[in-house]
Amino acid sequence: MNSSILSLLIFLPVMGVMGMLIVALLGKQGLMKTENKDVYKYIALAVTGVQMLLAFFLYANFDPTLSVTQSPFTVQFDWIPSFNIEYYIGVDGLSMPMVILAALLSFLCIVISWNVEKHVLGYFSLFLLLDAGMMGVFLSLDFFLFYIFWEVMLLPMYFLIGMWGGPQRHYAAIKFFLYTLFGSVFMLLGMLALYFYAPGGNSFNLIQLITQAPQIDASLWGFDMRFLIWIALFIGFAIKVPVFPFHTWLPLAHVEAPTAISVILAGVLLKMGTYGFLRISYPLLPEEAVNFSFMMALLGVINIIWGALNAIAQIDLKKMIAYSSVSHMGYVLLGMSGIVGTESVGAEAGMNGAVMQMFNHGTITAMLFTLVGVLYDQAHHRWIVYPMDYKDPELAGKLGFGGLASKLPIFNGFIVLAFFAGLGLPALSGFISEAMCFIGGFGSFRVLTIIGTLGILLNAIYFLRAYQRIFLGPFNEKYSDLKDMSFRDMAVIIPLAFLTLLFGVYPQPLLEIMRHSMSKLILLVQPFI
Amino acid sequence: MLLVVSLVSFLVHLYSSEYMRGDSRFSRYYAYLGLFTFSMNGIVLADSITMIYIFWELVGLSSYLIIGFWFEKTSAASASKKAFLTNRVGDIGMFIGIMMIYFVGDTHSFNLSDIIEKVKTTEIDSTYLTVAGILLFMGAVGKSAQLPLHIWLPDAMAGPTPASAMIHAATMVAAGVYLTIRIFPILTFDALTYIAFTGALTALFAAIIAITQNDIKKVLAYSTVSQLGYMVMALGVGAYMAAFFHLVTHAMFKACLFLASGSVIHSMHHSLHEMHDHDTDPQDMRNMGGLKNKMPLTYFGMLITTLAIAGVPFFSGFVSKDAILAGVLGHYFEYGGMTILLPIAGFGAAAITAFYMFRLIFMTFHGKPKNEEIYKHLHESPKVMTIPLIVLSLLSLAIFYTGTINPLSDGSKGWFKKAVGKGYNYVIEVDSHNDVHDSQSDTHNQDEYYKKEITFTEHAYHAAHDAHYTAMYLSLAVAFFGIALSALFYLFKKLNPETFRKTFNIFKLYDLSKNKFYIDEIYSNILYKPFMFWSYLCSKIDWDYYDQTFIDSIGKITLFSSEKSVKVDYNWLDQKVVDGFGKLANYSSLKMKKLQGGVVQAYILGGLVAIILITLIVQQI
Repeated sequence: MNSSILSLLIFLPVMGVMGMLIVALLGKQGLMKTENKDVYKYIALAVTGVQMLLAFFLYANFDPTLSVTQSPFTVQFDWIPSFNIEYYIGVDGLSMPMVILAALLSFLCIVISWNVEKHVLGYFSLFLLLDAGMMGVFLSLDFFLFYIFWEVMLLPMYFLIGMWGGPQRHYAAIKFFLYTLFGSVFMLLGMLALYFYAPGGNSFNLIQLITQAPQIDASLWGFDMRFLIWIALFIGFAIKVPVFPFHTWLPLAHVEAPTAISVILAGVLLKMGTYGFLRISYPLLPEEAVNFSFMMALLGVINIIWGALNAIAQIDLKKMIAYSSVSHMGYVLLGMSGIVGTESVGAEAGMNGAVMQMFNHGTITAMLFTLVGVLYDQAHHRWIVYPMDYKDPELAGKLGFGGLASKLPIFNGFIVLAFFAGLGLPALSGFISEAMCFIGGFGSFRVLTIIGTLGILLNAIYFLRAYQRIFLGPFNEKYSDLKDMSFRDMAVIIPLAFLTLLFGVYPQPLLEIMRHSMSKLILLVQPFI
Repeated sequence: MLLVVSLVSFLVHLYSSEYMRGDSRFSRYYAYLGLFTFSMNGIVLADSITMIYIFWELVGLSSYLIIGFWFEKTSAASASKKAFLTNRVGDIGMFIGIMMIYFVGDTHSFNLSDIIEKVKTTEIDSTYLTVAGILLFMGAVGKSAQLPLHIWLPDAMAGPTPASAMIHAATMVAAGVYLTIRIFPILTFDALTYIAFTGALTALFAAIIAITQNDIKKVLAYSTVSQLGYMVMALGVGAYMAAFFHLVTHAMFKACLFLASGSVIHSMHHSLHEMHDHDTDPQDMRNMGGLKNKMPLTYFGMLITTLAIAGVPFFSGFVSKDAILAGVLGHYFEYGGMTILLPIAGFGAAAITAFYMFRLIFMTFHGKPKNEEIYKHLHESPKVMTIPLIVLSLLSLAIFYTGTINPLSDGSKGWFKKAVGKGYNYVIEVDSHNDVHDSQSDTHNQDEYYKKEITFTEHAYHAAHDAHYTAMYLSLAVAFFGIALSALFYLFKKLNPETFRKTFNIFKLYDLSKNKFYIDEIYSNILYKPFMFWSYLCSKIDWDYYDQTFIDSIGKITLFSSEKSVKVDYNWLDQKVVDGFGKLANYSSLKMKKLQGGVVQAYILGGLVAIILITLIVQQI
């Protein structure tokens, strides 16, 4: 069981896809009744449900003090021996929270997508494929494998946005696809450079490369090879995070994607960028990580401020939340820059804060997008304020909603929780990780961090403004037939809300998972300061 | 402090059960109150500064929820947002301060007692500590509504009155003062000077605004700001004991004042309701008058507490305010120079306080009813509402009588000092960085250094003691001056406010005060509007220029070049070069086939020519 659990986590969704195809085939032959498309939904639900249980089982048996090489879950064998490519997967304190997050959100997203009626088979099979890709990225310890899963994710995402998305879906999908592919090219170059330049035999093995890569001694066009590799990997990961100025694919893709896909995009996919930094860039190129940490902090602060400023100006609720993701991912970068803090508390706070922020932002933003989706499904629009050039001139410039708090008390309660978690209210999980990121950043880059704390205020501004305009004030009679949240909506929100509250009050379990891995990473990087 | 919070909270809960009766969100109101009491007690009991920060923000949240309780009103919704955001500005300062304190020295701790210990035992750059102290104090500026972040408190009165009494008068706003007392040992002299002047300015400034307000709750709100300014000023001059004492007495009498005003508003509201009049503002004092006959209990409660706040002897406010003024005056005697502004502001504000509070009393309860119709429908509030009033107003007296004449004096008689001092002894012992006499104290020998520093609060204490009688006479004089002036204006109508208004308006003083010195407008014009403009500009740059123009142009360039390359590829490479070969072959074969015309002689001729040519070539080699 132990040795196959990780492979199961990855390939269970693939089996699910096959199951769906078999059912569809049987249906075509008339051997099975598939007029009711719900069968695909149930398959997807079962697969992601089992996957989630597996992830919890993994967590229950997970010993955070062991490194990947010692862990009983690690699987390693040759895949393409002639090129030294291995099937090497394992779990440590960095990937564990991400695996839980991905498994949990995948399951909840199936529930969210329950009312998809268009091409049910296509939607759910692509979704499961995406799920497999996500798991693969978080579990791979071989760069080649990592890269393959990274690309595997792109394709289903492209179709999910492009076919089930909003009015601008084709544009959004192609933009997302090309932008990320652009980054992948750089990542591929970086990967190949590592493969060819690392001394001691060509290898994609990320654990082996930790000792080999820092010894690379070559230069190209007058630049140090390691520096070039760092830059290449940086561009690849930065586009995914997204780091300013590579962020503009994000608002469009988030807004156009269907609710569940927005949740996955913001909740899991963005984390892959920062996960890549922590899994590959930092341990393999520690010296460059140290040299680059000022840039990291600077870009983090720009992300925080720029994302928040943009969010304030948005009149589309979903777009506002998309920009808030840009801002929140800035905290992760700021926390990661804290690794150069000579005072070890700063480095520990920063690194742990960064991973915690990755997890917490996943749950919080999933809540936000789900709630927006619930509202959108009923009201069929999500304008905070109608734009000036709205097709109905009578509505242009007017408030989109108003006073919903009195009509939808349960919905209102959850949205208050989600908004306040988003603006970093203490006792909710966002605060803990943001504060830790700030402390980490402050240990190394004081002035930048102080500028960054402005984000605390800016985040509050747009959330409270949006909340007031939509939920407070006199009730807009147009919406008197809105219904409050259904049982299914609540089933999605309650686990997320619970985690937000739990890790806000008692973050220790989450911290305990990642703490040891982060200390090891810090030990790896600190000698290069 | 715990006692104060719990007591006021209990009374407010009791009072609210009647005040909020019939509200559709009755249970939600109590949930908010409970949340507030929880977080407030959290602040009081926490020792870790991060814990304080956490509860600090939670208090902000509950305040946000309560101010926006009647969120259907746009004003309430906006006020709640304003309160939260203004507090956040202060909180950012506090957060940076916490981080600075955390990185002080080498032992990293958020524990206040650890931090104080550390500051005591290690040499720390005093500029760093000053900045950290002022930043921590920023949090207090936000919560305690000091200049320049006072703007949220008057607006916060949009919330239910009993909640205002608890949150925005007695407890939450006092949290800032409480925090400053907590961090007092790590504040440097420079930081304290800054604090003192902030407090003095706020005290005077808010008092001036309070003179001209007509909304009964607004008057009380500005009075709260002003009284908090007093406490902060007292902290700044080192009279922290007096500040804390004033905090307690103020909590009692201000809560009572608010509850009393709530009682007035409640009955005004009901009266207006019975008349089906929904346009008249039940909080406007100009619609009241002569209420003392209708609501005797409320009247007496309010009168007692007004006497207390005005600083009339035998009431609690007198003792505490006197202690503060003595401290301030003593500070001036000690240091001279610019610090004379502090007692001037203190006594000035005291006089103005007496004036506007009695203006409130006279306008509301005395004189002739402004509107007979409303007056007829008025009646005293029920017992659940008046009992808390009575308790609190008695406490405004009782504090004075408990123990001895001066509860702050030394020894066994000073019960308050004993009660508070226990927890705060370390304040005096550890007070290391209040370098009084010179800023280059780093060069001093350690022992001597601390000896000197310890003296600051003791110094302040003794100075206050010396200045005590002067201060007492002066404060009595200004209080009676204020009351008398107010009586002349509003009770006996000997002086006409209108004429004074015109005289003062030469310097636009009246307009300034009436419009709260235009602070809201200034903020709106120099901060809010440019800020929103910037954010829209950013969004435009980000989306329209950067993304749509720059990023997408890369796509367009790619498309364009691909079109071109298609042209090159097909028209030239394929059609010309590749097909060229074919055409060439075609063409040449067309030509060549003519050679094979089937004429044997021509073949032989060709063969001959070839042989000759080959022979020639071979022979040349």
